[in-house]
Amino acid sequence: MKNEWPLWEVFIRSKSGLSHKHVGSLHATDAEMALENARDLYTRRNEGVSLWVVESKHITASDPDDSDPLFEPAKDKIYRHPTFYDVPDDVTHM
Amino acid sequence: MTSLNLEALFQSKIDEETKIEPKDWMPDAYRKTLIRQISQHAHSEIVGMLPEGNWITRAPSLRRKLILLAKVQDEAGHGLYLYSAAETLGANRDDLVQQLLTGKAKYSSIFNYPTLNWADIGAIGWLVDGAAIMNQVMLTRTSYGPYARAMVRICKEESFHQRQGYEIMIAMAKGSPEQKAMAQDALNRWWWPSLMMFGPKDAESSHSDQALKWKIKRKTNDELRQQFVDVTIPQAEYLGLTVPDPDLRWNEEKGSYDFGEIDWEEFWSVVKGNGPCNKQRLQARNKAYDDGAWVREAASAHAAKKEQRKLEPQLETKAA
Amino acid sequence: MMNDSLIKYLLQLADNALILGHRLGEWCGHAPEMELDIALTNIALDLTGQARSLYQRVAELEGIGPNGARKTEDDYAYLRDAWEFRNTLLVEQPNGDFAHTIVRQFIFDSYNYYMCRALTQSRDEWLAGFAVKSLKEITYQLRFSSEWMQRLGDGTEVSHTKMQAAIEELWTYSGELTTPNEVEKEMASKGIGVDLTKIKPEVEAKMAEVLTASNLTAPAGIWMQTGGKDGKHSEHIGFILAEMQFLQRAYPGQEW
Repeated sequence: MKNEWPLWEVFIRSKSGLSHKHVGSLHATDAEMALENARDLYTRRNEGVSLWVVESKHITASDPDDSDPLFEPAKDKIYRHPTFYDVPDDVTHM
Repeated sequence: MTSLNLEALFQSKIDEETKIEPKDWMPDAYRKTLIRQISQHAHSEIVGMLPEGNWITRAPSLRRKLILLAKVQDEAGHGLYLYSAAETLGANRDDLVQQLLTGKAKYSSIFNYPTLNWADIGAIGWLVDGAAIMNQVMLTRTSYGPYARAMVRICKEESFHQRQGYEIMIAMAKGSPEQKAMAQDALNRWWWPSLMMFGPKDAESSHSDQALKWKIKRKTNDELRQQFVDVTIPQAEYLGLTVPDPDLRWNEEKGSYDFGEIDWEEFWSVVKGNGPCNKQRLQARNKAYDDGAWVREAASAHAAKKEQRKLEPQLETKAA
Repeated sequence: MMNDSLIKYLLQLADNALILGHRLGEWCGHAPEMELDIALTNIALDLTGQARSLYQRVAELEGIGPNGARKTEDDYAYLRDAWEFRNTLLVEQPNGDFAHTIVRQFIFDSYNYYMCRALTQSRDEWLAGFAVKSLKEITYQLRFSSEWMQRLGDGTEVSHTKMQAAIEELWTYSGELTTPNEVEKEMASKGIGVDLTKIKPEVEAKMAEVLTASNLTAPAGIWMQTGGKDGKHSEHIGFILAEMQFLQRAYPGQEW
């Protein structure tokens, strides 16, 4: 009989000042169990100071087929990057 | 895009060392190969807990007991990292576990050998984990992103596994005559099965070429096996133990060791299920799964009840 | 002698942790779900680690023995016989099914949490420090076992029946935890050990709270078995020791 626990994605803040980062997934029946399992599975070696768990079904991911319309347009907007601009060498602090 | 173009694009990404990520287009065969390989790897970690786990209650010191507990626990963790990677390919963990339990899926044959004396725990860490690390370090550069990332994690954690094993071997090999005899006995039994871990010879390996082209694997079985022998022999010499291979000698010309022929009949026999512990390992996993069914069901049922109770007050307000 | 009682007291704490950790270690590779393999092993690691610190402390207090050597942590775990072990009867009970393991753990954690919390106030500086460190682990353990009590007690009919059966079987060992023996009375009177009569109401309240939330009932007015703390054990201890001590006994005096 099939009775699989739902899948959860796990995110860890490795230390204060950094963002949470995706590390993998696990199975659990509820949020408390997911946090505990995440603690045991992904922080056995002090890898984190904070955990997020979210049921995988709640994550909406962009489609790789959409990556051109989504991300290509940003590529030629080079004027958003500081290196686009010429600043005379003797001007500093900029 | 035609599937031919997609496939060409896919291969060019692999050739450029761009990692393939879960939702990217990939050939069915690539997906299937990965699911098979990753799940076999996961099964190996989980079955691998059994031969070592059976010494947790007999570990000869508190320090060793803690180390062994932590190590076997890591193996469960590694199994879960790998199942998690396989699930990103659309596989379902329970299906994969079923394949293991019914004997349909394979796992590393090494775990079908028994652990008979305490030095076996040393030998497993030193040789079996040593051989596994060769393979796993290669896999940190595998082309599928989630698999590669799982392997990076695993390799970081595995480094202590081999060391603790070798430390046990040192203590035993430099210990009393009985301890040394145990160490030699363990080496005698684990040496050849460890070499078998790299799989069939390249000439006979059915999946090898395609796996290399897709950069799932990056070295051949024979290359890895040779690498393993070359690094391990000096370690055995340091221990003062004898590797049970009369054909073993240093080949100055090629700068590596020549070694004897693996007993391929034994290799295939164990793969087919006739190893000393194949049946016991599967029985143990099946028992854990079957005995645990009511626990898993109860946890699900309880979660559903809790969810329901959360909703009930809202329903009541609506009704009011 | 003061040290003598303190040593006995420390050994009681240590043996509880060692034997329960040992039992949990038996699950490794056989748990109902792989995530639970990891969770149970974690608790085993915490407990065995606590036992180790305590044995090391006892060795320190005992100092140089008549043979001119200092004992090690392993001497206590591996070279004492059943009557010298001072763990409670509860922790040596077999794992049984997962219900037994969770009920055993929950009963122990309920006691251990309040005991350890009170121990942080010990006048013995070392013991207070030990308690502060261990309390973090034990707080988590109590949370874990309380949650599983509820999942299984208030899960399915099957799980409820198994949990209630486990409670019926193990409840007889719950009383010993909060019934002080002479050593505990003396240590409590000196402000070193925990006054079990003081924490007893808290322990019982916690157990009642979780049992209610789990839809489970404790048997009322039953006989409570005692004796473990004074070395009078159930038959299980002999088998635990036979297995645990095998190598140290078969090959005495070796480094491993």
